[in-house]
Amino acid sequence: MAEVTAPPAPPPFVGPLEDKDRIFTNVYGYQPWTLDAARKRGDWDNTKKLLEIGQDQIIETIKASGLRGRGGAGFPTGMKWSFMPKESRDGRPSFLVINADESEPGSCKDREIIRHDPHKLIEGALVAGFAMRARAAYIYIRGEYIYEAKVLEAAVREAYEAGLIGKNACKSGYDFDVFVHRGAGAYICGEETAMIESIEGKKGQPRLKPPFPAGAGLYGCPTTVNNVESIAVGPTILRRGASWFAGFGRENNRGTKLFQISGHVNRPCVVEESMSISFRELIERHCGGIRGGWDNLLAVIPGGSSVPLVPASEIIDAPMDFDGLRAVGSGLGTAGVIVMDKSTDVVRAIARLSYFYKHESCGQCTPCREGTGWMWRVMERLVTGDADVEEIDMLFQVTKQVEGHTICALGDAAAWPIQGLIRHFRPEIERRIASKRGSAPVMEAAE
Amino acid sequence: MADAPQIPDEADVRAQWGDFAFTEANMARAKELISHYPEGRQASAVMGLLDLAQRQVGAQTNTQGWLPIPVIEYVAALLDMPYMRVFEVVTFYTMYNMAPVGRFHVQVCGTTPCMLRGSDDLFATCAKRGMKKGATTPDGLFTLSEVECIGNCASGAVVQINDDNYEDLTAERLDFILDELAAGRQPKVGTQEPGRHTVEPVGGPTSLAAMVKENHDYRGEW
Repeated sequence: MAEVTAPPAPPPFVGPLEDKDRIFTNVYGYQPWTLDAARKRGDWDNTKKLLEIGQDQIIETIKASGLRGRGGAGFPTGMKWSFMPKESRDGRPSFLVINADESEPGSCKDREIIRHDPHKLIEGALVAGFAMRARAAYIYIRGEYIYEAKVLEAAVREAYEAGLIGKNACKSGYDFDVFVHRGAGAYICGEETAMIESIEGKKGQPRLKPPFPAGAGLYGCPTTVNNVESIAVGPTILRRGASWFAGFGRENNRGTKLFQISGHVNRPCVVEESMSISFRELIERHCGGIRGGWDNLLAVIPGGSSVPLVPASEIIDAPMDFDGLRAVGSGLGTAGVIVMDKSTDVVRAIARLSYFYKHESCGQCTPCREGTGWMWRVMERLVTGDADVEEIDMLFQVTKQVEGHTICALGDAAAWPIQGLIRHFRPEIERRIASKRGSAPVMEAAE
Repeated sequence: MADAPQIPDEADVRAQWGDFAFTEANMARAKELISHYPEGRQASAVMGLLDLAQRQVGAQTNTQGWLPIPVIEYVAALLDMPYMRVFEVVTFYTMYNMAPVGRFHVQVCGTTPCMLRGSDDLFATCAKRGMKKGATTPDGLFTLSEVECIGNCASGAVVQINDDNYEDLTAERLDFILDELAAGRQPKVGTQEPGRHTVEPVGGPTSLAAMVKENHDYRGEW
């Protein structure tokens, strides 16, 4: 008798995405960002009905969609919302803070949402804020996004005037305010507790956790900090259903995602694709291939500067999602893909990132404040080969002493690119040291 | 500290800025910003007010503005904050200028994604024109800064000049833009790549082609 087995699950959808399944249809800004135009694209379409689903059901739907935070860490968004108190026992209000402090080198997606589709974000803020019972949302936009902030402020004004937010938002009976808070040039304010400090009018230095923001965040009130993209996809997920969103990408890596490809591809761009699309397909389809052909690919930083680089041979067929990139020793991060071809001085490329982290360290924790500067200075010497081979190991060891020993993840982010470089390009570093000393590495002769 | 900001003599600064006050329009804007935050949390508006103050100093000196000590004191008093708390904020965030800058603040992104797209050439262009990092040209026109990633990576290399971004730059394109600005003309902002709209692939979008011509509603195809 034949054994009865369940039919094999269909393979996951990994792209290419069809236009009808793209959430950010105006990502390139060919059409106006205004409320009128956004409504014609489907935004603010009977939002009241979305709210009538009910607060807990909205959170359940977001959970079921498999949406993971789009700001880098990939924490499940629905679960994050569910940490917020269902009622205030002591009269404290709750807040939603939206992280538009997009400063990670390689990342440039939230900018496109804000300047070309701001109403998706504002509608998302209302829906998310309602679901987590927040009184107001603060959108923290980086100071350098000057035009983007003007657009966002104008869009918020439009939404107020149309009665979509504010008192009795969308005639739902729920009062919800949205405010835009402009930053002034500090990468660290993208860290959630630093962002809260910054909104409170202080230096953006991260707080110790616990207490977590969901317990005591902005002004000591329960707060959730979410990335722009995580918030902006919410209304579309509710309209089209959790199973629609979960139909893209592999298990545990669901949904669509804005990828930002920079560096040595023929046509750098921002594009929304299915999660888990292979690196090769992403680059071939949207970026016209690698500059000089696939044989010319050296390495890729697949998720913004904080994740380790991946050498060409390992990345080419890797699925672009959280698990797929972790399997090659890196991460999806913000999906800011930095491509380097063989003309790249890879040691210098990473040394420049070390300078970035030295520049952006907030100075609060000693391992990071001192370590980022120390690591950068050693990296600069490795660029020219003015170092001892033992210093490579010493540098690696110091990165391990910074990693995990700071309040926030900036220390980790400064350590990982260097670790990735040493792991994959140690022979190149050693070659530079040897050639600086005027002698090629000598192979020991066999006796 | 050769690259430390050259802050003018404090007595001169006090003489010039001692009676600084917001203009009527800026005061209205400041009050609106303060109203965004709960009662008693007016300190939250400090970043917005410092930006306003810097812009007003800029408007009064025909530059991009900076924050003299009396101006910082004015903001502190307005928000009922200790001076030092406001000064901390000024020093922490890079967009507050601690020393005067020129009419055009040329901020070249030097971080890795732009470096891969040729930001070295942009610094060379600036150097050829006599611009030095952290300094203003003798004619008072250009202040050059190297900044960290300004988030335009898919259209790098990028330079932010005052409030505008110039993207997809090469040495020649930046040279042209600086010439135009020096001559008092406003060059096109955004991408400098002919035919490119924003951050779609050069040569036309590989997705959402229907959006190019009309505000397409995809809901009918769901």
